Amino acid sequence: MKATVLVRPKPGILDPQGKAIEASLRHLGFAVEDARIGRVVDLEVEATDPDQARAEVERMCAELLANPLIESYEIELPEEA
Amino acid sequence: MTEARVGKRPGQPSEPGLQSASQAKPRVAVVVFPGSNDVTDAALALERLGAEPVLVWHGDDELPQVGGVVLPGGFSYGDYLRAGAIARFSPAMRAVADFAAEGGFVLGICNGFQVLSEAGLLPGVLRPNESLSFVCRDVALRVERADTPLLGGCEVGQRLTIPVKHGEGCYFADAELLAQLEAGNQVVLRYDGDNPNGSLDDIAGVVNSEGNVMGLMPHPEHAVDPLLGSADGALILGALVERARERLLAPA
Repeated sequence: MKATVLVRPKPGILDPQGKAIEASLRHLGFAVEDARIGRVVDLEVEATDPDQARAEVERMCAELLANPLIESYEIELPEEA
Repeated sequence: MTEARVGKRPGQPSEPGLQSASQAKPRVAVVVFPGSNDVTDAALALERLGAEPVLVWHGDDELPQVGGVVLPGGFSYGDYLRAGAIARFSPAMRAVADFAAEGGFVLGICNGFQVLSEAGLLPGVLRPNESLSFVCRDVALRVERADTPLLGGCEVGQRLTIPVKHGEGCYFADAELLAQLEAGNQVVLRYDGDNPNGSLDDIAGVVNSEGNVMGLMPHPEHAVDPLLGSADGALILGALVERARERLLAPA
């Protein structure tokens, strides 16, 4: 079962990469603000139903994929929709 | 320097931490992860300060009999995901966590600090430098506490010169955690005047609540000889060697 995890810097956490990207975009002439850089993790999870898959991916996020001090995460399961 | 494979030292069945009290060369482990690159400097500095360094491979699931552990600098597992995030799952780290739980002395330098933070053995997290630039220079540090085991060789307010070299040394803790750290006096070293990475409150080094585990971004192992600009790092590594000696000599 496919799953996607979106990891983002929490609001208020300084994101120097986001700042650098924002400055570059402005330099190119785009009117942008608040660029933030996160991370996408695509997974193929062994699970019989979406609930089980979600529970598994929740554990992956808590144990490794995100650091709760500085990052939030969202889990997307296409087959859940 | 000794290359030890745990439990596989022919002709040396007992694996003593100290050969004899008179020789008193305490063994201190240096854990080697794939991507660690300050192993040799750490081992040479420990040797110079009177210890017998023992290299421990990250795949080893136990530590030899040692009185202290150094997690050296580098880029363990390529710093994938977050610096230190993968190394914390290595078998050697489980052994280091057990050693720390028993009161063993653990010093994490740079990447070692990142590994200890990710492993939950130290509070907080090290983030990419505010400047996004790799920094490599001598910095001044202020000693905030001298009553912890690994800063026993320093004085409060003492100014140390020790180099940093890192891309991800920006210490961060949220407001709640920072209040806990301050209440518990766990911030033990701060950058003095020149904060190289945007670290919160100039934090350069912290200890766990018991004080036996310490992490710092600067590299004491690169500052043990005045010829290289400073020997202040010897105050920290020397304290680790002394604590290791006491621990190994103490009756079990």
